[in-house]
Amino acid sequence: MHIHFLDPYLERQSPLHRLDPRVKLVLTLAFILTTTLVPAGVWPAYILLLALVLSVEILSELGVGYVLKRSLLALPFVLAAFPLVFTMEGAPLLKVAIFSWRLTASIEGLERFASIAVKSWISVQAAILLASSTPFPELLVAMRLVRIPRLLVAIFGLMWRYLFVLADEALRLMRARLARSSASGLPGAKTGRSVLFRARVTGGMAGNLFLRAFERSDRIYMAMLSRGYDGEVRSLPLANIRPVHGWVLAIGLGTLAAILGLSYLFSL
Amino acid sequence: MHHSIEIERLSYTYPDGHRALDNVSLVIQPGEKVALVGPNGAGKSTLILHLNGILIGEGSVRVCGLEVTADGNLGKVRSMVGLVFQSPDDQLFSPTVFDDVAFGSLYQGLPLDEVNKRVDEALEAVHMAPYLRRVSHHLSVGEKKRIAIATVLSMQPEVLVLDEPTSGLDPRARRSLIHLLRELPLTMLASTHDMHLVNELFPRMVIMDEGRIVADGPTTALMTDVPLLEAHGLEPPC
Amino acid sequence: MHIPDGFLSVLVSIVLWLFSIIVVAYALKRVGKDLGERQVPMMGVLAAAIFAGQMLNFTVAGGTSGHLMGSAIAAILLGPWAAILVLTSVVSIQALIFQDGGLLALGANIFNMGVVGVAVAYMVYRTFQKLAGDRPWSVLVGGFLAAWLSIEIAALGVALQLALSGTSPANIAIPAMGGIHAIIGIGEGLITVGALAFLYAARRDLVQTGSTQAVGGGLVWVFGLGIALALAVLSPLASAHPDGLEWVAEQKGFLDTAQGPLYNIIPDYVLPGVSNAALATILAGILGALLVFGVALGMAYLRRHRQTGS
Repeated sequence: MHIHFLDPYLERQSPLHRLDPRVKLVLTLAFILTTTLVPAGVWPAYILLLALVLSVEILSELGVGYVLKRSLLALPFVLAAFPLVFTMEGAPLLKVAIFSWRLTASIEGLERFASIAVKSWISVQAAILLASSTPFPELLVAMRLVRIPRLLVAIFGLMWRYLFVLADEALRLMRARLARSSASGLPGAKTGRSVLFRARVTGGMAGNLFLRAFERSDRIYMAMLSRGYDGEVRSLPLANIRPVHGWVLAIGLGTLAAILGLSYLFSL
Repeated sequence: MHHSIEIERLSYTYPDGHRALDNVSLVIQPGEKVALVGPNGAGKSTLILHLNGILIGEGSVRVCGLEVTADGNLGKVRSMVGLVFQSPDDQLFSPTVFDDVAFGSLYQGLPLDEVNKRVDEALEAVHMAPYLRRVSHHLSVGEKKRIAIATVLSMQPEVLVLDEPTSGLDPRARRSLIHLLRELPLTMLASTHDMHLVNELFPRMVIMDEGRIVADGPTTALMTDVPLLEAHGLEPPC
Repeated sequence: MHIPDGFLSVLVSIVLWLFSIIVVAYALKRVGKDLGERQVPMMGVLAAAIFAGQMLNFTVAGGTSGHLMGSAIAAILLGPWAAILVLTSVVSIQALIFQDGGLLALGANIFNMGVVGVAVAYMVYRTFQKLAGDRPWSVLVGGFLAAWLSIEIAALGVALQLALSGTSPANIAIPAMGGIHAIIGIGEGLITVGALAFLYAARRDLVQTGSTQAVGGGLVWVFGLGIALALAVLSPLASAHPDGLEWVAEQKGFLDTAQGPLYNIIPDYVLPGVSNAALATILAGILGALLVFGVALGMAYLRRHRQTGS
């Protein structure tokens, strides 16, 4: 039984998939930065950015529905910004009475809240596109361009490799626990015992997982030593970015800069 | 007296699209000892996971008269069907042997003296009573397998289901496990590649391949049908 | 606790990115010297273990469940610098691959969970270890407090960052985050203790070596204590935010009419100078925890001196 649902990468032959991963990473970061920098309430800019990300979604052959569905996962956090609707000063929109609370929603507050929600939603879609169109090993390559230290990238790589193995182990531990979590049907017996009991058991499972991880890392280390590992992380030199991809990068960054500039002009 | 296990037209497709079970029907009477054989990927483990509701597919699964469905019954079902997983490491998730064997009854909320009694009985049944305070992690594979069985026995189930009980065992450990299983009076279903084990312990054999049951009958008869066995990736014991 | 993109202002994001980069860079150097060749496989697999460990859950009540963040257990088992790297890996992959936390906000998330969480946990546990040795009670109590505090302080950090970014009014964010995570922290504490108990029985050496010989650990200890105190004190002050005053006034109206039970429970915990009653409870809780911590330490210190004295 495998955790196959974890890896978000979907194989396609789309232009997005074929784009150099380094370019994709930089563009994704630039896109999210642009989205964050656009001032609140500049709706034309949001629409442009949304259109941009939707067209890339279509281009990616991943399915707009797929990306949108995944993007909803980040939604619950918007609750953190919800109070803004009532606490921000501005022209009153409507008054709400909950119990003895008298709350006044302001237009500015609503606008601010909506801006945050939309910006977050658009950013998440860009991140999903990156993860779903780029195999992880290519992302590791991309990280080196952004100057992430080789040692850290090596740790990421090993983590990724064993993530599914250990997640599988965790899943099997939980199944074993589930199989022994039963109800006796006897009167006076409390199924599940207490929260303390369950937490303790879960802790033991976690400890178990860590212990196996430690011992597994010992075995991996021995295997690495057997193949000449000496502590230094070596990797192949990076190939140059092909001109076509370079152009995509330039055009992408230019477009984003333009949208940002326009949004500032608009908000003046 | 109701059947111990009653599976009717069970089908299951994994989230990634793989159809692991295709219209499987099987009836096991109380007290029967049945072996489930077939090549890897035949769906044996998948079928086993349906017996205590870890997986729920289309079709019906009844255990000791109880319908195995997502709502309500699972607690009772799991106290009646003891599932022993293939890798004992997955089964032993508690700090000490006592904790692991006690978990099932502790979870049920039983009083502590009842729990202690069941733990002692379960460890007796697998001949591992001296191991009560040991740390599970440090035991040998054979010892772990026995403890794994004890962890399930402490719930006093009616049916024992085992996934590859003899895999990874050296001949001595295997022999003592066979003795143990012979002694247990429970209804038993075991998924296994060990054809000698099937001959020794299981009078009835069910062959699975590609998610379907392709044969179901007395072991003595099926074991001699070499073409049938070979057609489904099996070999008769020599 | 993973902050998505769009919730933090660019300024806050950049500042936290810079801080995280500096700390992680130093951690890489430190780990290189301390662990030598073993580092890559051990960090990688342990990071995978923490990630997988976060999948383990237990039912709290009805549909809710508690589970692990892992800063404390990582700090205890691996020492502060390795733990920082491990948590950084976990948080980064969570953001990049699973969109659990934003990419621009990653600096903040690494700071909260990787740096603050680890530092606070290390500070608490190391103090217990120095004064009470590796006795079971010290491991378990220290582990629990380390885990609880790591969650609580990190949560206050998140709340403060949201407030500074203008995303969430301080006097709602801080009590909300602080309050919810005070409870979530209990789950973290329990799982951490369970894991430590198991490891103490199965491989005591792992529990002992983790935190003891960390070079530069003193730096982490000071930072851990500093950030814990800073956030515990800053939070209620920050929550007296101008934007929130009107809302607080409304709430006070509610409190006056509610009276009765609410005020009977709270009076013992209300501190002078802090207007928001709920906030005072949080602050009192944290100071209470630090007080218990201090008392436990004091006792351990006395016991140790009594032993060496005789």
